[in-house]
Amino acid sequence: MSVDGVGGIGDGTRRAGGRGAAGIERPSLAWRAWRGLTRNIVTFYAALALLYLFLPVFVVVLFSFNDNVGRFNFAWQGFTLKSWLNPCGVMGLCPAMVRSLQIAALSTIVATALGTMIAFALVRHRYRGRSATSTMIFLPMATPEIVLGSSLLALFLNLGIATGFGTILIGHILFNISYVVITVRARLQGMDATLEQAAMDLYADEVATFRRVTLPLVMPGIISAALLAFALSFDDFIVANFNAGTTVTFPMFVWGAAQRGVPPQINVMGSVMFLVALVAMVVGGVLQRVRR
Amino acid sequence: MSAAAVLAPRRRLVPYLLLLPGMLWLAVFFVLPLLTLATTSLQEGSISQGFELTWRIANYSDAFVAYRDQLVRSFRYAAVATVLALAISYPLAYAIAFRAGRWRNLMLLLIVAPFFTSFLVRTLAWKIILADNGGVVSFLRTIGILGSDGRVLATSIAVVAGLTYNFLPFMTLPIYASLERLDPRLIEAAQDLYANPVTAFLRVTFPLSLPGVVGGTLLTFIPAAGDFINVRFLGTPAQSMVGNVIESRFLVALDYPTAAALSLTLMLAILLLVTTYVRRVGTDELL
Repeated sequence: MSVDGVGGIGDGTRRAGGRGAAGIERPSLAWRAWRGLTRNIVTFYAALALLYLFLPVFVVVLFSFNDNVGRFNFAWQGFTLKSWLNPCGVMGLCPAMVRSLQIAALSTIVATALGTMIAFALVRHRYRGRSATSTMIFLPMATPEIVLGSSLLALFLNLGIATGFGTILIGHILFNISYVVITVRARLQGMDATLEQAAMDLYADEVATFRRVTLPLVMPGIISAALLAFALSFDDFIVANFNAGTTVTFPMFVWGAAQRGVPPQINVMGSVMFLVALVAMVVGGVLQRVRR
Repeated sequence: MSAAAVLAPRRRLVPYLLLLPGMLWLAVFFVLPLLTLATTSLQEGSISQGFELTWRIANYSDAFVAYRDQLVRSFRYAAVATVLALAISYPLAYAIAFRAGRWRNLMLLLIVAPFFTSFLVRTLAWKIILADNGGVVSFLRTIGILGSDGRVLATSIAVVAGLTYNFLPFMTLPIYASLERLDPRLIEAAQDLYANPVTAFLRVTFPLSLPGVVGGTLLTFIPAAGDFINVRFLGTPAQSMVGNVIESRFLVALDYPTAAALSLTLMLAILLLVTTYVRRVGTDELL
């Protein structure tokens, strides 16, 4: 509904069909048509888009049950549970999975800590070099991953540092910092500063205010930042591919398998990751609602 | 002297102490590597005889001449994929922001969820979907869009389709975020002022969603231009992009100077495009 009673100025230009004589407004025919159109067509379009988004997921899950013969898993042969009952049956797959989880966890912890501190500095402090900080945060995100990966490799080659688990971790922390800063900064900017002032007025010292007021308020931002960092690290192939040496992460295992032969166990892992993420997001959403 | 006065100079140090570890990380593992990449790109030599810094700027022109097709193709594919992603994402984001009602969070969840199946695994899934004996190809053959032996896999269409799909949430979520923040009273005001729906959309809704559109196009275009996974899984060497060249020069041919020159060319080209684009559209708040 629009705000009535402010339309006096433009009265002379009013066309028929705008508002009823009684002063009760009715949207024009064009607007009602638009509403109907967007409601129906846009909804239909959105349904179509979701179908498109889920098509590969459906294929991933379906082919995890494929009773494939030979090395590749590209044609449907028949239903079986054997890959689900033996997910680690392919050599190297589960160790790669564990390695990816370790790297994701470690890079998330470090990047979330470093990024949150930067976000606090950016939002809560006025200092020389603030815009330079913003640029430094933006630049890694505007740099394609292949440049991040190859430049890190160039550094390690020049310094004679052997690539492996540690160098992948370094790269993942690097690209995660920016995403953490952006996410936490958005939360901090949207926060009501008066709540912290109220705490100070009630004789909480700075530490107590931070622990009892600021931190709980920023926590949702920090948690989403950490989840994002975890997901980005876990799914990264490009930076790892350049800096892995002989270490193999899950995406790298898939890359190698795509050339040698793709076992259905890879689809099992893909399906499990999808389910875990779905459950985590639903539980997170429900918890948030309950807390409110 | 009061406690506050003692604390004052220390307070001024607080932001720098907060920044120090993170910025140090970025300096050592982002800026320093880029400088190393720059010096590497000016070296001459081979892996067996060693590389030497000779400031050979011709590495850039050589690389550009040798791999111009791949460079141009990268930007063309990325541009097409970005436009397609925008066309798919905008109505979707609009539907969620204005029409989804209480299903909003569920819809957002459904958009993000598919992307947890892992980039490479879902790209392999597209390989199955677009395969010659798959449903999509046989459907396109039946309705006559493809000839009887026409194929989708191993063509540029498959590569662009893969690029479009893989970065879709990076387009949808920023657009949704700016549409969701939009005050619906502004659209009602346009309606009260006798704008027709199309005018209201073009003059009010769309301009106000521009920060999201700009953010989304950048987050789609940048990774798409540097991608080499979609070509490897869905295309052939005939579709290879600059990412494929950098990858093979760096990791297979061990021709570091050429790979470094191409990497920096890609980065500078993207930065140039991004800054002109952001200036043009005029959303500086993005930075």
